[in-house]
Amino acid sequence: MNALASARIAVRALRVNKLRSILTMLGIIIGVAAVIAMVSIGSGAQARIAEQIQSLGSNLLIVLSGSSNTGGVRQGLGSQLTITEEDAWAIQREIASVQVAAPMMRGNAQVVWGNLNWSTNVQGTTPEFFEAREWPVVSGQAFGQEAVDGATKVALLGQTVVRNLFADQDPIGQIIRIKKVPFTVIGILDKKGQSTWGQDQDDLIVVPLSTAKRKVLGVSQANARSVGSISIRVRDEADIKEAEAQTRDLLRQRHRLQGYQDDDFQIRNLAEFAEAQEQSSRVMTILLAAVASVSLFVGGIGIMNIMLVSVTERTREIGLRMAVGARGRDILMQFLVEAVTLSMIGGVIGVVVGIIVSSTIPYFAGWRTLISAESIVIAFAFAAAVGIFFGFYPARKAAQLNPIEALRYE
Amino acid sequence: MGAALIETHELTKNYRVGGQVVHALRQVSLEVKGGEFVAVMGPSGSGKSTFMNLLGCLDGPTSGRYVLDGGDVSNLSGDALARIRNAKIGFVFQGFNLLARTTALENVELPLLYSGRPARERRQQAQGKLEAVGLADRADHHPSQLSGGQQQRVAIARALVNDPVLILADEPTGNLDTRTSVEVMAILQDLNRQGITVVLVTHEADISQFASRVITFRDGRVLRDEIVTAPREARRVLASLPLEEEEDDAA
Repeated sequence: MNALASARIAVRALRVNKLRSILTMLGIIIGVAAVIAMVSIGSGAQARIAEQIQSLGSNLLIVLSGSSNTGGVRQGLGSQLTITEEDAWAIQREIASVQVAAPMMRGNAQVVWGNLNWSTNVQGTTPEFFEAREWPVVSGQAFGQEAVDGATKVALLGQTVVRNLFADQDPIGQIIRIKKVPFTVIGILDKKGQSTWGQDQDDLIVVPLSTAKRKVLGVSQANARSVGSISIRVRDEADIKEAEAQTRDLLRQRHRLQGYQDDDFQIRNLAEFAEAQEQSSRVMTILLAAVASVSLFVGGIGIMNIMLVSVTERTREIGLRMAVGARGRDILMQFLVEAVTLSMIGGVIGVVVGIIVSSTIPYFAGWRTLISAESIVIAFAFAAAVGIFFGFYPARKAAQLNPIEALRYE
Repeated sequence: MGAALIETHELTKNYRVGGQVVHALRQVSLEVKGGEFVAVMGPSGSGKSTFMNLLGCLDGPTSGRYVLDGGDVSNLSGDALARIRNAKIGFVFQGFNLLARTTALENVELPLLYSGRPARERRQQAQGKLEAVGLADRADHHPSQLSGGQQQRVAIARALVNDPVLILADEPTGNLDTRTSVEVMAILQDLNRQGITVVLVTHEADISQFASRVITFRDGRVLRDEIVTAPREARRVLASLPLEEEEDDAA
């Protein structure tokens, strides 16, 4: 007997007891739908984290100035400005996998416009910054190299600064004062949102590096060319480890560090940090899916229950089929196919319900969901597996019936 | 009469019921030739049902040998027995045993489902057998829409569909009235005349007289084995019976 004929017999048998079949399927429907919906919530969270990584600037390495060690007292990172603008140029020039390297110098400053003021983060950098951080200017324009060379007093504002100082007015062309120094606003940066660790990335003002040093943050006595950090954008994600190693070698060489000396700088790979976050959300997804699959399991028990009833009810039919030549395995297949048909039809309906639920969750719960093809395939396959697993025992019971007793069964 | 179709040698079947051994069949040796029409009689507990189950390959003997159509089937596996039942034996039961929610045609097709024939061939074959029992126009009726006699005719068509060498009828008239019983016997006699061996279990003496040989069991042994010199002709009996309302209309 081929599979198609078995499936036809199964569908017919299921139609005989429509309500019973539907109720049994309901267990599988709910199970599959729950798995798909739960995984979609988890995937949604993962996607949000992936986006945050993106917002940070993907393929990003950050070089920070090292800590000072004066007479055994060790200061925090950046307490000694060991890296310079030249280091940044060298990195960009000499490491092939590096797309751009932007030297940066940051500090806090009070910003005043009209009768409003706001304390924010002032970032002095070069035009490479916008490329390194993948941070486009949405209104106005970025400054060029000539602004850095000429220490022009121009500023680009982050969205949070715009909101706090200008509300709904257009800040382009306005003069703001940063630490009492007047700057012309020439552009507004795109919204970045929160960083992975919850910091508001939009609360900043970007000014040319030279201007920042001379007018706002003050020049380090030790080295006028030194900077706080360097943002490095690597061309290809695959090269990020290699670029990190090459940057380390290059900087050690440039800083004339001997083999026994520690690095006087630190390189941070932000992707690694974000990966850890993604990992935790992946664990959450798995956990959600595991909880949801419990209901699928319970649905399977429902199938087993109904199949056992069905085998008992149809004992005479089984006896007859055996008498006219059905082998044990034919009977086994018949009932197994019936159980699997039940679970697969339930699976298909469950997929549909799951997709509907997943796509309505964002409207009433505000969570983001992402329906993945894998979750659908896995949930469906799992439903079929549940059908086989829980259908096997009743089917085997049917196959092991004695035809004589089965025929005589009342 | 051809060669021996059924040969049993000291066929024995014991059952164990609650720690006690029941000797259902004690060393029965007999032979049925191809083309015979045998009636098996006996009171309940005589072993005739056990004998039928063994003949029908529904069960294996405790000891002894059973040769069917030239092949020893005494010690075959369950699957092998199923294949033999499918290929060589047609069953007719007292309770018809039709599948309730399938049409007459599909009921007749059932054995072919397990012999792996293509759907078209199954359909043709089943339709042909339904015609042979005079129910071609009832092919798409469900059993509940058929009278008892018609249901038994569907069951006979089902028994015939695999062109078996042996038809085993277990009290086929037990649930039928006199006239319908005779009608069923007429069909069995017709089939027998076409060369099919028929073994019939019955407890009704007048039904057994339609057969050409009557074997009587008692206490697990053959009590009598006699040839019926002048079997009743079902067609003739049918003509002599008063015509009741045409039962086909009852459907």
